[in-house]
Amino acid sequence: MVENRPFLAFLTHLVLILGVAVVVFPVYLAFIASTHGSGDFLRGLVPLLPGPHMIENYARMLNSGLSTAGAPPVWLMLANSLFMALTIAIGKIAISIISAYAIVYFKFPFRLLAFWLIFITLMLPVEVRIIPTFKVVADLGMLNSYAGLTIPLIASATATFLFRQFFLTVPDELMEAARVDGAGPLKFFRDILLPLSQTNIAALFVILFIYGWVQYLWPLLVTTDSRYYTIVMGIKRLAAAAESDPYWNLVMAAVILAMLPPVLVIIFMQRLFVKGLVETEK
Amino acid sequence: MQTKRTIFPNKLLPYALLTPQLIITIVFFLWPAAQAVKSSFEREDPFGFRTTFIWFQNYTRLFGEPEYLNSLNRTAIFAIAVTFISMSVSLLLAVAVSRLLRSGRAYTTLLVWPYAVAPVLAGILWWFMFNPTIGIVPYLLNQFGISWNHRIRGNDAMVLVVLAASWKQISYNFLFFVAGLQSVPRSLIEAAAIDGAGPFKRFWTIVFPLISPTTFFLMIVNINYAMFDTFGIIDGTTSGGPAGATNTLVYKVYADGFLGLNIGSSSAQSVVLMAIVIVLTVIQFRWVERRVQY
Repeated sequence: MVENRPFLAFLTHLVLILGVAVVVFPVYLAFIASTHGSGDFLRGLVPLLPGPHMIENYARMLNSGLSTAGAPPVWLMLANSLFMALTIAIGKIAISIISAYAIVYFKFPFRLLAFWLIFITLMLPVEVRIIPTFKVVADLGMLNSYAGLTIPLIASATATFLFRQFFLTVPDELMEAARVDGAGPLKFFRDILLPLSQTNIAALFVILFIYGWVQYLWPLLVTTDSRYYTIVMGIKRLAAAAESDPYWNLVMAAVILAMLPPVLVIIFMQRLFVKGLVETEK
Repeated sequence: MQTKRTIFPNKLLPYALLTPQLIITIVFFLWPAAQAVKSSFEREDPFGFRTTFIWFQNYTRLFGEPEYLNSLNRTAIFAIAVTFISMSVSLLLAVAVSRLLRSGRAYTTLLVWPYAVAPVLAGILWWFMFNPTIGIVPYLLNQFGISWNHRIRGNDAMVLVVLAASWKQISYNFLFFVAGLQSVPRSLIEAAAIDGAGPFKRFWTIVFPLISPTTFFLMIVNINYAMFDTFGIIDGTTSGGPAGATNTLVYKVYADGFLGLNIGSSSAQSVVLMAIVIVLTVIQFRWVERRVQY
């Protein structure tokens, strides 16, 4: 600190504690609600302290779900979400790293065109082309399938840029030395470039995993069969049911379960997460 | 465009490497976007037998519709409110954290995780907190004689979705502000302190101007977020209601096209949104690259 001002230090902590309280409170409330029995909500006000039904509620949601709401058990939706997030993250990294490699280490006709085609995807989020994209996926017979959930989301301009930026900073001498030693392009990629990109891949993986996990509109469009529901979109069905029946405890248990995996990823991989976030947005 | 000093001589390999990315881009991005543009100039008869080319009629009709103008208006209010609230709260928190040495990291961890919460879940969390029958906030507001019901009153619903959307975006803005604040040279701040400038004066005359590139960048990102990434928040809570009070442009495209099956109008709306994204992306890449310099 530049100078010592006790009052300002007090104010600093006060602001942060208030900030943390505002950020945490909605989740705290949801957690508390998830530990009570259904009847506790009929009395009118949400309780503020934990109740005794936590294990019962979570076990019920994980194993059987709310059949009245037409949603499958939470474990199935969690597994679908995990599969979707992993496939999207790995797929995006894989196809982006090879396209960045092609753009940086080769010269070929239409290179610039290819770059721009990839760039344009930034300007076409799924929200602005909902119906035609749905139509394409339907025509390809990919509705209600894991392929339909993941493949259309796998193109990534930001990941391609990130790898391109990184490859440009890799010293030219490495590639020249590899060529002198007789390494072909694939060997150079596998044995030199890939190991060098490890940190970038890990940071990107964290961001893309979260991106895949929180997808909502896309699974909502392409899945009508409850076997393919992801947790994030399945909860909408549960919440709609809770409006009429007082199942808030069970809905909130599902909400907590849906938030947990990506939040844990951020908390335990904070350094990679921050690196990935700052770099993908540059 | 930049490449390496020496390159590999292969002729076909680069195409093979680009193929997966390009196929997905063309099939799932470019083709649908072109379809949206095409059908925005067409009208389909009610039974779907014939489509007629009608030039700009979908657009002229769209901008004559009171619901669409209302939605534009509501989206503007929503985006400005979310951008302003989440950015100012994050800046305050970032400034506070950057004053601390050791405990800063702990606060950071406690503040960044909402980034991982899906928008629809953020919506449901706040919906629950504000639930008119069992929620805690309406109960407290009631003690002060304020009655809350976002199912009936449009403004209440708007406040609810703005709060949920801002809550979710705080972590993102916070991290970028912290990074921006770290890049402000200490020597400038110390020099100002020696000249007798207090902490608040130092902030407004030195720190705030120096982080303006970050602020500008975040402004664009936040507007983008509020317009396009908040579909889940709206769909999870108000579904655009009551009476269209929270019917943002993105939600309306979905509701009109997917639920209402009005393809022509929905496509025209998609094209308007594409134009907005393109403008925002261009601003982001042109102006942010150039950086505000002092």
